[in-house]
Amino acid sequence: MLPGHLKRLAQVDHEVAVDVATATIASVLDAVEAAYPALRGTIRDQSTGKRRNFIRYFACNEDLSHSSADDPLPDAVVSGAEPLLVVGAMAGG
Amino acid sequence: MSGVRVLVGTRKGAFVLTADGKRKDWNVDGPFFAGWEMYHLKGSPADPNRIYASQSTGWHGQVIQRSDDGGKSWNPVGNDFRYATVPGTHQWYDGTPHPWEFARVWHLEPSLTDPDTVYAGVEDAALFRSVDAGGSWQELPGLREHGSGPHWQPGAGGMCLHTIILDPSNPERMFIAISAAGAFRTDNGGKTWQPINRGLKSGAIPEEEAEVGHCVHHVAMHPDRPGTLYMQKHWDVMRSDDAGDNWYDVGDSLPTDFGFVIDVHAHEPETLYIVPIKSDLEHFPLDGALRVFRSRTGGNEWEPLTKGLPQDNCYVNVLRDAMSIDSLDECGVYFGTTGGQVYCSPDGGDTWSAIVRDLPAVLSVEVQTLK
Repeated sequence: MLPGHLKRLAQVDHEVAVDVATATIASVLDAVEAAYPALRGTIRDQSTGKRRNFIRYFACNEDLSHSSADDPLPDAVVSGAEPLLVVGAMAGG
Repeated sequence: MSGVRVLVGTRKGAFVLTADGKRKDWNVDGPFFAGWEMYHLKGSPADPNRIYASQSTGWHGQVIQRSDDGGKSWNPVGNDFRYATVPGTHQWYDGTPHPWEFARVWHLEPSLTDPDTVYAGVEDAALFRSVDAGGSWQELPGLREHGSGPHWQPGAGGMCLHTIILDPSNPERMFIAISAAGAFRTDNGGKTWQPINRGLKSGAIPEEEAEVGHCVHHVAMHPDRPGTLYMQKHWDVMRSDDAGDNWYDVGDSLPTDFGFVIDVHAHEPETLYIVPIKSDLEHFPLDGALRVFRSRTGGNEWEPLTKGLPQDNCYVNVLRDAMSIDSLDECGVYFGTTGGQVYCSPDGGDTWSAIVRDLPAVLSVEVQTLK
């Protein structure tokens, strides 16, 4: 699940589903960026690969923002029962 | 039928304003990229349908958009801005070394002759170029390799390269300006650069006439007289008649010589426009009266232009890229405010009216003259 700004940038109006061999945050985002090149750099810094400061990741009611991007995602996300949420941090303006 | 297209970047999206040559009845399209900061949009002089736009937010970073149909439709292009060499450090606000970090594109300057070539001025200050219509970007590292980089420091808005001027008489010559480093010139297509700040005096820095460290807000040039440059500095309106080698003050008679914008009449290289702002602490017009000042003598002698502009209770700002000039026979002048107004004068500044009044804060205004 992408934040609204990124859905519009990728020209999608729904959740994005990708197939990956091993489901991790890194592999899922790699696949999303390959399918939607306009998203490159908008979730992770292109030069360092690090999560952008105002982006957080959630799945199954857990905050995965500070987990390793190479950790396996929960089974419910792998099965498609639950989404990996990419969320813009709350900030005003 | 001649006409104009005004490209407006705001804090929350972009707008395209169009009119015929009379510039009385306007069509407003937008917002494009709603919710994003649009620091700058600019059309190619070689192909007016080709427009580049800088789109960014603190959440998602930098996106570059390109239109090939005059702003009707847009597509994201390359947004990978990597410094070519080890970035090193510049000065932070407190004078300590701070690593160079890419933040955003402040200004896009399409080539005068090739629609696929475009320059980008970025924060932290560097100059990038794309030769594939924005698909990929390469830094011109000679600017930061000048050696003075460790002494550059950010202005209040960040350490931005905000002005890029291409010399129409010499494709090897470019001018750029950085807040707060100053102005620089290359005479070899960007391989090497020299600071051109002699004559600038900035009381806020330890060495008032230092080679770099000056908070240049904007620079303008008339294409028929590329050796003459006009500058709105943090304080001071300056002029150079030798391509920036030496500057002298032409703003002493103004009620305040702080400001951001400066531009030149399309057909009169000695006619300038500025919008004086009260001070660096109070970023609004003096006495709550929004006045454009015009000089017909290349500086020194100025007249306030007020007809159609609010003269009471006006406390907006006009940011550095938010003034533009069209090249119709009767030259039009445009500027946008942080209050969301975009004003047009179709008669060289004599009279003004608002094209729109309630946009988000305006960051940039660029007009295209369509013939």
